[in-house]
Amino acid sequence: MMFHPPVVSLRWIPVWRRNFLVWRKLLGPALLGNFGEPLLYLLALGYGLGSFVGEVGGLPYGVFLAAGIVCGSAMNTATFEGLYSAYTRMAHQQTWGGMLATPLSVDDIVLGEMIWAGTKSLLSVAPILLVAALLGLVHSWAALWVLPVVLLAGVCFGALALVVTALAKSYDFFLYYFTLIVTPMFLFSGVFFPLDGMPIAVQWGAQVLPLTHAIAIVRPLMTGQPLPHLLPHLLVLLAYGAVAFYLAIGLLRRRLLA
Amino acid sequence: MAAPTVQALGLTKVYAGQTVVDGIELAVFPGECFGLLGPNGAGKTTTLRMLLGQTPPDAGRLTVLNHRIPEDARDMRARVGLVPQQDNLDPDFTVLENLRVYASYFGLSGPVLQRRIDELLGFVQLEAKAQAGIGTLSGGMKRRLTLARALINQPDLLILDEPTTGLDPQARQIIWQRLRSLLAQGKTLILTTHYMEEAERLCDRVAIMDHGRILACGSPHALIKQYIEPHVLEVYGPEVETWQDDVARQHARRTERVGETVFCYAEDEGALLDDLRQRPQLRFMHRPGNLEDVFLKLTGRELRE
Repeated sequence: MMFHPPVVSLRWIPVWRRNFLVWRKLLGPALLGNFGEPLLYLLALGYGLGSFVGEVGGLPYGVFLAAGIVCGSAMNTATFEGLYSAYTRMAHQQTWGGMLATPLSVDDIVLGEMIWAGTKSLLSVAPILLVAALLGLVHSWAALWVLPVVLLAGVCFGALALVVTALAKSYDFFLYYFTLIVTPMFLFSGVFFPLDGMPIAVQWGAQVLPLTHAIAIVRPLMTGQPLPHLLPHLLVLLAYGAVAFYLAIGLLRRRLLA
Repeated sequence: MAAPTVQALGLTKVYAGQTVVDGIELAVFPGECFGLLGPNGAGKTTTLRMLLGQTPPDAGRLTVLNHRIPEDARDMRARVGLVPQQDNLDPDFTVLENLRVYASYFGLSGPVLQRRIDELLGFVQLEAKAQAGIGTLSGGMKRRLTLARALINQPDLLILDEPTTGLDPQARQIIWQRLRSLLAQGKTLILTTHYMEEAERLCDRVAIMDHGRILACGSPHALIKQYIEPHVLEVYGPEVETWQDDVARQHARRTERVGETVFCYAEDEGALLDDLRQRPQLRFMHRPGNLEDVFLKLTGRELRE
């Protein structure tokens, strides 16, 4: 009974809205964290490393890196939200427990939380994109299409994080996910360097990672390079999101309703 | 008699091979205050979770407000309010925001909601705290806010899991008053509590649970009459054991020694009192039988962890 199909309705909106209202109250530190760290990467690596590296994949290093940082930031923001923040709401503040005494269900909560994680990715990426543009690191107006892609990627990474949260007994558990999944993905999805130079096995391995596919769409949008076929990349993100959504709901039904 | 607000038949819950709720029968009627009493681990909270559709029963039939549970739990929860045992107010919001956001989970908003919030803040005497953060509230204020929050959807049935645990006597008195006023408005209340005098004061009927079963159910008065002699003497002092063997057993129907105290349960108190007045070294308290006596008689005096 715990793994029957999700029941989807617009009841996810109040869940999303509750998180948005809290975010609005704590806007200062939230923006500083989401926005400051990627900005530092852009400046330090883009200019520092960029002056040694020169061009990468036919692009100035800062331009190459900006697209990677946008996607990496989307992943990290959504992941953090789906792990630490969601776990706090589930286990410490009993926010979800309160919701489950109302007409809201576990399915509504999971959907609201993953769309919220995607929204936070969007909220953190938008200012980075602006700063990157002001620094001359964005070469095309098509970069505005990055926003919906980042939303989708954020929802996908948020759903993956909720699966981990559903299994977690404490915050410490999240270190497994960071060390074994998130950090390798951050390093081997083409954020900092192109994958062409890597051994063929690594290149193939990178194709399994959803971040690789987000970058494959976002980088040409920002640099003005010709776009690849979008559908396969979008499908990979959608598939990860859908499977994680299904799993997170099943696992959380088992955890919260058993 | 009106159709029951809650009806449970053979309600059962098994966790990891252990039967936590063991085929209980329960009927709660509109407008009554029903108490669920029992030691820790008796199955009270699990029973409440099943009533709310928060965990499916492993056997039995359950209807709440004419909704089949758990199938129809979402519609039922729209008409039920819950005051949970553990505080789960939103710490990032003010008092007012807590009520507004919780209302949004029921799909409520707009001027009608605002009027209702004003009324509820008055009802729980928190008007002055509307803009206050949750961290600045005392335990009693938090409980009152949780009560107001549970009433936001104008529920027909209110479920309260240990509503006064950890509160000081003043705060408890306010909660009691508010609950009585809700009963006067015709709401149905189900509450769990460890305080027998609370149950005796508030509840029209109580069920005493232990090991997942209901041991007795009825009005506090009827249960006391059924299980406990009218007079109870608690006696303590030097050599109270000897007094128990020599005197108490002759004049009391039942006697029981707990630590240094002898409890005597008697139909007639005269002979015991006459004897005790001759023994200034023994101190005693004479009182009528109460619900705590019933509770301890049925569930035993062993400590539950």
